[in-house]
Amino acid sequence: MTLECKQVWEHISEFLDQQLDPKLLMDIEKHLENCEVCSAILDSTRNILVLTADNRTYELPVGYSERLHARLEQVIREPAKPKNDSA
Amino acid sequence: MPATVEREKELIARIIAGETNLFHELIRPYERMVYLSILTMLRNEQEAEDAAQEVMINAFRHLKSFRGDAKFSTWLVTIAMNEARQRLRKAKAAQLESLDETREDREGDFTPAVLTDWREIPSEALEKKEMRQKLREAVEQLPPIYREVLVLRDLEELNQEETASALGINITLVKVRLHRARMLLQKMLVPYLRTAAPAKKGFFGRMFQ
Repeated sequence: MTLECKQVWEHISEFLDQQLDPKLLMDIEKHLENCEVCSAILDSTRNILVLTADNRTYELPVGYSERLHARLEQVIREPAKPKNDSA
Repeated sequence: MPATVEREKELIARIIAGETNLFHELIRPYERMVYLSILTMLRNEQEAEDAAQEVMINAFRHLKSFRGDAKFSTWLVTIAMNEARQRLRKAKAAQLESLDETREDREGDFTPAVLTDWREIPSEALEKKEMRQKLREAVEQLPPIYREVLVLRDLEELNQEETASALGINITLVKVRLHRARMLLQKMLVPYLRTAAPAKKGFFGRMFQ
């Protein structure tokens, strides 16, 4: 079946997650071979996801881990107190 | 490096039995995940750090209620997302972009931006610091219901089931929202990607058009 660009766009996310059934996957791949527009959309989306997962995109504040563990240490050392909100 | 499931189970059992100090070790692999998932929701570093601490403290206090049928990381991220949602609700902004909204026909154009003169983002563009900044800004602009799915799936790289479980929504909704989130991001970022692309063959042609 020949797909239109719009139909391909609806499946970009599933395509990237490799969740398409084989028949649709084949049709989309065929479309991509001949359609620069859809290939570009797919590439740009894929690259954005690569960037999102890149460890350098989001960084932890300096000292975050130290402050977290210091705070936890306080809590861990607290004697377990009877709590009202024991739910 | 995350501990193996077995090692985690052992740690949890020992912590519950009284070796509470091991909690530090247990959560170390997930510090980043907890902080970032909250940060992207709250969009405020100070509050995110505060909330991340609360999440870990809650996890410690309620460790007994962790049931081994889910992964520990999923359990933690569920607590983190609940904390973030709670704080968002409290914040004024929550009135404008309600998290409780379940309608899926929100405003927004979920078709991608069409490119004609640009086939792929050159890796040099991705390497640029400004590009990462633009991406963070774009993620911040996503409506919360899309942002939370994108963060868990594409930033934390949880699978569909884990994401659905952490957010308390079904898998179909995860898929739909993820697709929309990605298309919105693509649309927001394409202009920057295009200008970030180095001059190619057609550059002079386009320049003098």
